Amino acid sequence: MNESDVNTQAPLDGKEISEERRAFLRSCALAASTLLFVGQGEAAEAPYNPREHNYAMGVDVDRCIGCGRCVEACKAENDVPREPFYFRTWVERYMVNVRGETVVDSPQGGIAGFPTAASEKGMLRTFFVPKLCNQCANPPCVQVCPVGATFSTEDGVVLVDSDYCIGCRYCIQACPYGARYLDPRTHTADKCTFCYHRVVKSLLPACVEVCPTGARVFGDLRQRSSPLARFTRLTKIQALKPHLNTEPKVYYANLDGEVR
Amino acid sequence: MGPLEEVLRQVVGFVYPNEVELHWGLLIVVYPYVTGLVAGAFILASLVRVFNVRELHPTYRLSLLTALAYLIVAPLPLLTHLGHPERSFEIFITPNLNSAMAMFGFVYAWYLMVVLLLEIWFDYRKDLVLWSQHERRLRRWLHRALTLGATDLSPRALHFDQSAGRFITIIGIPSAFLLHGYVGFIFGSVKANPWWSSVLMPIVFLFSAIVSGIALLLVLYLLGTLLRSKPVDMICMDKLAMFLFYALVLDFSLELLDFIHRLYEAEESIHILSELVSGRLFLSLVVLQALLGTLLPLLLLGLLSPALRSRGLVTLPDELRRLLYVGSAVLIQIGIFSTRWNVVIGGQLFSKSLRGLTVYKMQLLGPEGLFVASLLLLLPLLLLLVLIAVLPPWPEAEEHPAAA
Repeated sequence: MNESDVNTQAPLDGKEISEERRAFLRSCALAASTLLFVGQGEAAEAPYNPREHNYAMGVDVDRCIGCGRCVEACKAENDVPREPFYFRTWVERYMVNVRGETVVDSPQGGIAGFPTAASEKGMLRTFFVPKLCNQCANPPCVQVCPVGATFSTEDGVVLVDSDYCIGCRYCIQACPYGARYLDPRTHTADKCTFCYHRVVKSLLPACVEVCPTGARVFGDLRQRSSPLARFTRLTKIQALKPHLNTEPKVYYANLDGEVR
Repeated sequence: MGPLEEVLRQVVGFVYPNEVELHWGLLIVVYPYVTGLVAGAFILASLVRVFNVRELHPTYRLSLLTALAYLIVAPLPLLTHLGHPERSFEIFITPNLNSAMAMFGFVYAWYLMVVLLLEIWFDYRKDLVLWSQHERRLRRWLHRALTLGATDLSPRALHFDQSAGRFITIIGIPSAFLLHGYVGFIFGSVKANPWWSSVLMPIVFLFSAIVSGIALLLVLYLLGTLLRSKPVDMICMDKLAMFLFYALVLDFSLELLDFIHRLYEAEESIHILSELVSGRLFLSLVVLQALLGTLLPLLLLGLLSPALRSRGLVTLPDELRRLLYVGSAVLIQIGIFSTRWNVVIGGQLFSKSLRGLTVYKMQLLGPEGLFVASLLLLLPLLLLLVLIAVLPPWPEAEEHPAAA
C-alpha cells in the first residue's frame, strides 16, 4: 500500500465502509494479533543461553541497615538449614571506636537484626556489611574439588552438584570468605547460588528482592544497561581480599578497610 | 544444647558464621601422620638398599613391611571422613586434574602397586620359593602362591631380583617424597589459609615423615628383637639413632625457618596466629611438639651421638643407651602426631576474617571420633603382625639350612 492509497482511504466515514472492507480489516487485525502472539510465543520458548550472561552483584555498604531480611529470605528460598551455623548469606556489623579498635559481630548471621550497641560512647563509626559467596571468576573452591562437583557455569555462577559431591570439604577450606558449609542433611558442600533457579527465569535473587533499601544490586555484566552496570559505573567499587586473586564478582561500594 | 551451640559459646572474637564448625577433624590428623610413617619407613629401607648403609640391614625388611601395613591403612581415615564414601571412586573416574586432592588415588596406587608391592616381592621371592619347599599345608600353599609361579632360583634369576629391587627402590625414593610431599602440598597450597599456605609445607612434611618413620622403626626393631629373645644389634641401634638425630636436626631447622620467616614478615595474620599459638595451641605446639617432641629428643640424641661417644665424652651402658633411644623415639612420635594436629586442627581454629578463634570439640564415638581414630592407628600395627607372620622379616628366616 502506497501513501496515496492511504490518503484516499483516510477520510472515509465508518458508515461507508463496505462489508468487504470490514472483512479485510478483520483479517488484518487477526493477522497482526496472530503475529504478535506467535512472536511472544517464540520469545518465551527461546532457550536460555548461559553464554549471553555473566551475573554479578553489587553491595552498597552505606545503604545496608542490618535488618537481616536478606538472610531470612535466603534461608526460606533455598531451604538452608535453620540452625544458626549455616548461611548462604549473612550480615556483619562493624563497630570502630575512637581508639581504632574494631568489634565485629553477626549474631545468628544477623537474621533477626542486631541488638542495640550497649553504648555509643567512644564509637567512631559503625556499619553493616552483607556477605555471600563472591562467585569468583577465579574460584579456588572449583580448583580444589577433586571430582569437579563444584564448577563455574557459563553465566558466571559457581554451583555445587550435590549428586556428585563426595563431601571431602576441601572446597570449604579453600574458600577465603567462609561462604561454604556442609549441609548436615545431604553431607555435601553448599553455598549461595545467586538463586540460580530464579535468575535464569529473569527473576532477582531472593536477598535482592527483599532488601528494603536497595543495598544489593543484581545484574548482568554483559548488559550495559542493567542496574548493576550503572552501579559499577557510578560508584567506586572494591572486592574482598583482592590480593588472593580470586576475582570476586560481588562488588562493594563504600567498603571500609576494616572489612575482611 | 547441641555441640555446635556449645562451640558457639566458646568462640572468641568474630568468626564467619560458617566457620563455627571445624570441617577436618581427628581423622584428617591421622591421615598425614600415617602417610608420613609410610614415607619415613620406606626412606629408611632405601638407606640400606640404595645407599648401602649395612649397619641398618636388620631393619630393612621390617621397614618395608611397616610401610606396607601403614600404606594399606592410609586411605581409610579419608574414606571414613567423606560425606559420601560410596562416591569416592569418582576421584579415579572423573578426576578434576586441577585439584591436588584428585591426584591422591594415582599417587597412592603408584606407590602401592609399582613401588612397595613390587619391591617386597622381588626381595622375598627367593625366600618364598625356599620356604615353600620345606613347609607344610597352609604356609606352603600361601608362600607358593605368593611366588606367583616364579620359582626359578638360578643365579641369573636371583641377580635379576637384586637389580630389579634396587631399581625399584631408586624409583621409590622420589615416589616416597611424592607421596608425603603431596600431602604437604594439599595444605601448603591453600592460599585462603595463612597458617597452611607456605611453600615450605611439603618439605617440612617430608622431613617430619622421615623422622617419624625412623623413630617408629627404632621402637619396632627393638620390640621385635626383645620379643624374639634375640640379642639387640647395638650397632644397628646406634646407626638408627644417628640417622634419627640428623633427620630431626633438619626437620627442626626447617620448622624454625618457617617460624622465624612468619615472625619476621609479620603479615596481617600475625596477630591472630600469635594468639592461636600462645593460647589454643600452647599445649600441643609449644609443649608437645616443640619442647617434648623436638628439643628434648634433640638433646638426648645429641648427647648420645657418635661424635661425643667416640671421644669418650658420654659413655653409657648399652641398656641405658637403648632406653634413651626408645624414650626419644616415643617422644618424637608424640611430637610428630602433635605436629599433624597443629597443622590440621590449628589451621581451622582461627577465622579467615583473622578476627577470632573457634574451638574443636573432639567426638568420642561416632565415625570421626577418638574411638575410630585410635582404631585406625592400631590397625596398621595389627596388619604388621599379620605381615610379619606371613613374611618373616628377621635375619634367621633368611637362613635355609636344607637348601644350603
